[in-house]
Amino acid sequence: MLNNFPLWPQQASTLAGHVDALYIFLLIVTGMMALLVFTLIIYFAARYRYRPGVRAEQIEGSNALEITWSAIPFLIFMVIFAWGALVFFKERTPPTDAAEVYVVAKQWMWKVEHAEGQREINELHVPVGRDVKLIMTSQDVIHSFYIPAFRIKQDVLPGRYTVEWFHATKPGVYHLFCAEYCGTQHSGMVGSIIVQEPAQYEAWMNGNSNGPLSGSGEKIFAELGCATCHRSDIQGRGPNLVGVFGKPVQLDDGRMLTADENYLRESILDPGSKRLKGFQPIMPTFQGLVSEEQLNALVAYIKSISLSNPMGGAKTSASGAVSGESSDNEGKTHTLPNGTKVQ
Amino acid sequence: MSMAANPITQPPIPPVAEREDYLNKEYGIWSWLLTTDHKRIALLYLLSITFFFFIGGFFALLIRLELLTPVGDLVQADSYNKIFTMHGMVMVFFFLIPSIPAVLGNFLVPLMIGAKDLAFPRINLLSWYLYIIGGALMMHCMLTGGVDTGWTFYAPFSTSFTNTNIVEAGLAIFVAGFSSILTGLNFVVTIHRMRAPGMTWSRLPLFIWAHYATSIIQLLGTPVIAVTIVLVAAERALHLGIFDPKLGGDPLLFQHLFWFYSHPAVYIMILPSMGVVTEIIACFSRKRIFGYHFVAFSSIAIAVFGFLVWAHHMFVAGISVYSALIFSFLSYAVALPSAIKVFNWTATLYKGSIHYDAPMLYAFGFLGLFTIGGLTGLFLSALGIDVHVTDTYFVVAHFHYIMVGGAVMGYLGGIHFWWPKISGRLYPEGWARLAALIVFIGFNLTFFPQFLLGYMGMPRRYYDYSHMPEFQVLNVMSTAGATILGVGYLLPMVYLLWSMRYGKPASDNPWNAAGLEWKTTSPPPTFNFEEEPVVTWEAYNYEELDAPQKQEVPVAR
Repeated sequence: MLNNFPLWPQQASTLAGHVDALYIFLLIVTGMMALLVFTLIIYFAARYRYRPGVRAEQIEGSNALEITWSAIPFLIFMVIFAWGALVFFKERTPPTDAAEVYVVAKQWMWKVEHAEGQREINELHVPVGRDVKLIMTSQDVIHSFYIPAFRIKQDVLPGRYTVEWFHATKPGVYHLFCAEYCGTQHSGMVGSIIVQEPAQYEAWMNGNSNGPLSGSGEKIFAELGCATCHRSDIQGRGPNLVGVFGKPVQLDDGRMLTADENYLRESILDPGSKRLKGFQPIMPTFQGLVSEEQLNALVAYIKSISLSNPMGGAKTSASGAVSGESSDNEGKTHTLPNGTKVQ
Repeated sequence: MSMAANPITQPPIPPVAEREDYLNKEYGIWSWLLTTDHKRIALLYLLSITFFFFIGGFFALLIRLELLTPVGDLVQADSYNKIFTMHGMVMVFFFLIPSIPAVLGNFLVPLMIGAKDLAFPRINLLSWYLYIIGGALMMHCMLTGGVDTGWTFYAPFSTSFTNTNIVEAGLAIFVAGFSSILTGLNFVVTIHRMRAPGMTWSRLPLFIWAHYATSIIQLLGTPVIAVTIVLVAAERALHLGIFDPKLGGDPLLFQHLFWFYSHPAVYIMILPSMGVVTEIIACFSRKRIFGYHFVAFSSIAIAVFGFLVWAHHMFVAGISVYSALIFSFLSYAVALPSAIKVFNWTATLYKGSIHYDAPMLYAFGFLGLFTIGGLTGLFLSALGIDVHVTDTYFVVAHFHYIMVGGAVMGYLGGIHFWWPKISGRLYPEGWARLAALIVFIGFNLTFFPQFLLGYMGMPRRYYDYSHMPEFQVLNVMSTAGATILGVGYLLPMVYLLWSMRYGKPASDNPWNAAGLEWKTTSPPPTFNFEEEPVVTWEAYNYEELDAPQKQEVPVAR
């Protein structure tokens, strides 16, 4: 294909092939539908053009035809719907053992922090052939993390985590775009996804290490005095956080939910809203006291002390469940005056 | 087929000099500004929406010029953001939504059902004044700096971050929204209560069915955008935590509220256009519409299902997998009635006697562009594909095919079709056909490349694409198309204005069309009919209209 006039995006992830296959199927199906309709219109328009002395033949309609041309398109639509849903499920279900990368968006840059501690701005280095899961949040407005070559996109919201994942298949440098309009420099909020061979990637990692993210989380955990109540040896005034990530927990109001990234995040910022059963509402809010990066480190730390059962956590983290379910709950709790909050 | 040989247009008759009609009954500015005549109010709307159409069009031109080169060179980033925002807000709220209902609907609903006026003539005038107040606020907002949020004004950007005057723009939309509600209310009551004797529901022209469905959406949907605007203003001015998570709000709540109106709003734009096209196809094929009841009820189905698909704008916004599934499914459900309409229009052509006058050319254009717009909607409803193409130029191309390709083609077709009735003059047929052709070619050249750009990944609302210069060729094509399209839109304004003075006087029914509006004079008298009509025939009785005057044995085909 021409270099300056490409008509097809690069394919560089396992998902890209699935999306393109469905796209090609749709091009063929809709192309045939359009061809059918346009051919009929043009043929009728020519064949039945006005001729002096020839009158139109009045036809009331035909129920059989109406049913046919409702049912057949509907069946075709359902095939497209089901296929689209299958691709979507793949896209929204991160593998359990994916490498985790935290992303913080702000006007107008992408800040990236690997679980191993490497930090990048507007760039993301990943190895080829490995599942990578992005845990994303925004410091200000809504952004969207879009990698066309991987065919993935996910809005990045303030106040919660959203998740997307990919498995790069081809080394190279790919576009990263912000796809949700976010203000003046929206079109400058672009970057590069650098997919490297594993050896190159290891070399890059070693050259940029600041110690693992969970390590900085542990430090913050101590500095903020969290350990006073959340003790890991005996049960303190707050819940013991060892092994809590990824487990179902029961709330004070009787609800059950899974302690995922969003739950940890919300419990730090707004501890009163989803309090564990059996604990007093005594934890202060850390809203405004910790930055998004510190929050990510804390979450990474709490996850790391749940590692005794490493598979338990990530299994529940289909991104939809993470972003969707807690979004509904957040809407509810935030719009209510929060009387249980202790200052 | 030359104009002279045009078989439908009957030789113009010289106007009776003394005949009084709605145009010459009174003169002077106050006879217009204080009129309660639905036809005069329609003309007031025609003037005002044309004004806003060219304002919005000017912004579109600036957008396309900026995107001619990958670097941001024509305007600054902030200016560009304001330009596409004002383009969207003006075109959606001040042109497309009022376009067919407030102009053609206002003019034709009473005429088509045999009524003297709308049910509430003074409320009709009030709705125009509300539109003008909203429009004036929007103009003031534009001239004092504009807004840079995009027409979707997503929170928390709009509530906590932009420095531009979103509250004034919101107020403009809020006021114009009430104009839309009042028009819808007027139509619903008029269609229920004021049909002439014998004009049963199944004898109604399908234009009326389409407007009935549209009015329901206007009545039920518009209050929700009004509420949304009030909440945005409250959060911005009083820092109430509604949408901004920093204040304890939920940004997705905004998107749910916004799209609950703004998705059905697309049907406010396209349904009336479908109604216009239905009338045109029947007239210029000299046939009754194939499957009248299916076309009628598909309008109602669109209005109902249209309210249930809003979250398909939010598949990557952070809604759950399961709600995405449901909204994807429902989006296919709403596509079906549109498909049914296209098939019925196509079937109407079968064994017709088809004339290629300008309104019909616009209707053919509508069929082509709307079909492409509808079919690409199937791509966007497929979850796996939407993730890749949402918020790219694919979406931009798709909704322009529907809202400009579909709605504006229908609007122009309707303006030409009823121009003899509105103005009492014939427009120049040759120029009109040329304009229809230019619009069709220019439109496709503008927007088809954008589908390709979108699938390659070019995001919307980028004023600078210097990081991806590979997108330039398609952008140049698009800009070239836009200039052609601009010419296509300017032409009708010129020759229609010209025809008001120099056009040949029109007979009462120059197309020999069915429908009560053609049974009165051109232009109609103030109260539409000399005597109250009594309807004894079905809609689209072209068989009787085309029957030879002398009783002959019909020629078998």
